[in-house]
Amino acid sequence: MSSIAIKGVKKAYAKNAVVHGVDLEIATGEFIVILGPSGCGKSTLLRMIAGLEDISGGEIWIDGKLVNKMEPRARGCAMVFQNYALYPHMTVAENIGYALKVAGVPKAERMKRVAATAKVVGLEAFLDRRPAALSGGQRQRVAMGRAIVREPKVFLFDEPLSNLDAKLRVAMRAEIRRLHRRLGATSVFVTHDQTEAMTLGDRLVVMNGGRIEQVGTPAEVYNRPATRFVANFVGSPSMNLMEGSIDRHGVFVYDEQRRIPLPGAIDARLVGHKVTLGVRAEAARLVAAGTPGSLPATVDFIEELGAGRVVHTDFDGLSFAVALSDPAAFETGDTVGVMIDPADVHLFSAESGARINALAQLPPVPVAS
Amino acid sequence: MVERTPIFNAICQIVLFIGLLTVLLPFVIVIVAATHDIRAVNTVPMSMVPGSELFTNLHEAWVRADLGRKLLNSFLFAGTVAAGKVLLSSMAAFAIVYFRFPGRMLMFWLIFITLMLPLEVRIVPTYAVAANALAPFQAILNITGITWLIQTVSGLQVKLEWGLLNSYTGLILPLVATATGTFLYRQFYLTVPDELAEAAKMDGSGPVRFFVDILFPLSKPNMIALFTIMFVWSWNQYLWPMLITTDPNFGIAVTQLKHLIPSEFGLPDWNVAMAGTLIIMAPPLIVVILMQRWFVRGLISTEK
Repeated sequence: MSSIAIKGVKKAYAKNAVVHGVDLEIATGEFIVILGPSGCGKSTLLRMIAGLEDISGGEIWIDGKLVNKMEPRARGCAMVFQNYALYPHMTVAENIGYALKVAGVPKAERMKRVAATAKVVGLEAFLDRRPAALSGGQRQRVAMGRAIVREPKVFLFDEPLSNLDAKLRVAMRAEIRRLHRRLGATSVFVTHDQTEAMTLGDRLVVMNGGRIEQVGTPAEVYNRPATRFVANFVGSPSMNLMEGSIDRHGVFVYDEQRRIPLPGAIDARLVGHKVTLGVRAEAARLVAAGTPGSLPATVDFIEELGAGRVVHTDFDGLSFAVALSDPAAFETGDTVGVMIDPADVHLFSAESGARINALAQLPPVPVAS
Repeated sequence: MVERTPIFNAICQIVLFIGLLTVLLPFVIVIVAATHDIRAVNTVPMSMVPGSELFTNLHEAWVRADLGRKLLNSFLFAGTVAAGKVLLSSMAAFAIVYFRFPGRMLMFWLIFITLMLPLEVRIVPTYAVAANALAPFQAILNITGITWLIQTVSGLQVKLEWGLLNSYTGLILPLVATATGTFLYRQFYLTVPDELAEAAKMDGSGPVRFFVDILFPLSKPNMIALFTIMFVWSWNQYLWPMLITTDPNFGIAVTQLKHLIPSEFGLPDWNVAMAGTLIIMAPPLIVVILMQRWFVRGLISTEK
């Protein structure tokens, strides 16, 4: 049984639509990450689940109950906010215990549950402090404790890590993951950070412009992006995209000097069509200029990342990144060849941006015409 | 921009010092005059060396003006008005900031323009209402014809009456509404992050609970600042208390001061008048000094 079912949910402010009909099923105990750029409607969707925003159209079901008209408190969700939203005049213990106090839980039991929660989030030593006397990471923990203490059916996270510094973010990420494994509650986590999304989610929901672009496991989303947008948004550096067309030999043509043969049967209807070809920076290799089958390029600049490096090359005006794990044997301005394994390319319709499954092992799909 | 040059500093110091003198001189005169006997206080020019009659004068003023009773009334009056203002304006601003209802902005502006209509401007209609607090409702009943209807049907004449003259209610109630306070509270609420209200909603608290548990405690500095200002303001009210209370039992200290001021042909005992002034102006001064630390914090509203 699914824990949360979202059916054709829409949101519009006045006449300005921000979420256009989203459908999503979330299984009980699943950790779902909604990923997307700012303004894609991901937070709005989360807030609609929480009950903080009205739903303009469609239905949201939580635990088999239609919650469209339900007050937030009746929905059984707990939420962690981006800026934590701790009550500044209350101590950590009071902050964590507030929901219980409102619910009328007797003081003795409240104290017990607060203490147990504080232990889970590692705040036992700070129960008497005010939020102002805590560090960012500790405040984050209070916010999580406040959510945990109610033992909700659903956890909602609204970019909870984006106010932390990089190191703390990694630590908190691991902690959230551990916590989820321990509590097993359904979680919906909104972020614009793809690393967070990839590491935390059982499944990712990639959103753009108020629509879902793709739903899938992190590996699926990374390896088989459903649209050009997902291809570009997920992965760092982002996927190299080239606009071109397919000739009748099944070869992708970017320009005179740069052609990539495509594997497998090409749908006849694709020939002559404009398509976008995508290659991950990790899938491309650099070879000496003029190597047969390589695409000529010049080295634009090199980003040193410590463990590896990203060489940004130039295809007569189009930037193309290649990630290398070995030390770069090239310098800025060098002429090189970029080698692309045909098995590693992704094809997208130039018009709709939808993925074209033209590779041999996959059945061809008609392109939206 | 902060300029730091010795000459500029010196000019600033001098200007401030002159300002300080201008403000303090009347107080010095009051204090010194309160210590003289009747002869010394009427010498021209009055000696600025304090005399020795302070306690005699204080006692005389206290007894003559019945200050015990009047100060108590004043405390009751100013304290209740200030507390009422804090409560009412915090709730009015809560409605305006946190609830979406039709005419919300209209409501806000209606409250706001009452800033332009202080008590002194509307004193006659306010007095009329205080004389019979139910008069406006009576008028509505009369205009809509309900009075006539009831009279024809049941033969009873509807006559609503609730006089507030010569009562604490009448003294206090018409002064409790405050546009300044509502505005101050509104500005404060706008600085409270929306997430706090949302977090409270997620925690299951309704609007009243949110107001009592979270907004009200958070607004403490604001509350104290408003209370201090309004206490001093109410303490110094003169026109309204004088108008509404003819019964000396309800008189307040400030209006009572008039009884200490020597009449044209009476004994010119200004020393007693000044001693009375000294007693009457002390309480707001003490309140301001005690509340000062909080008061400043409330007005600058620092966000941590």
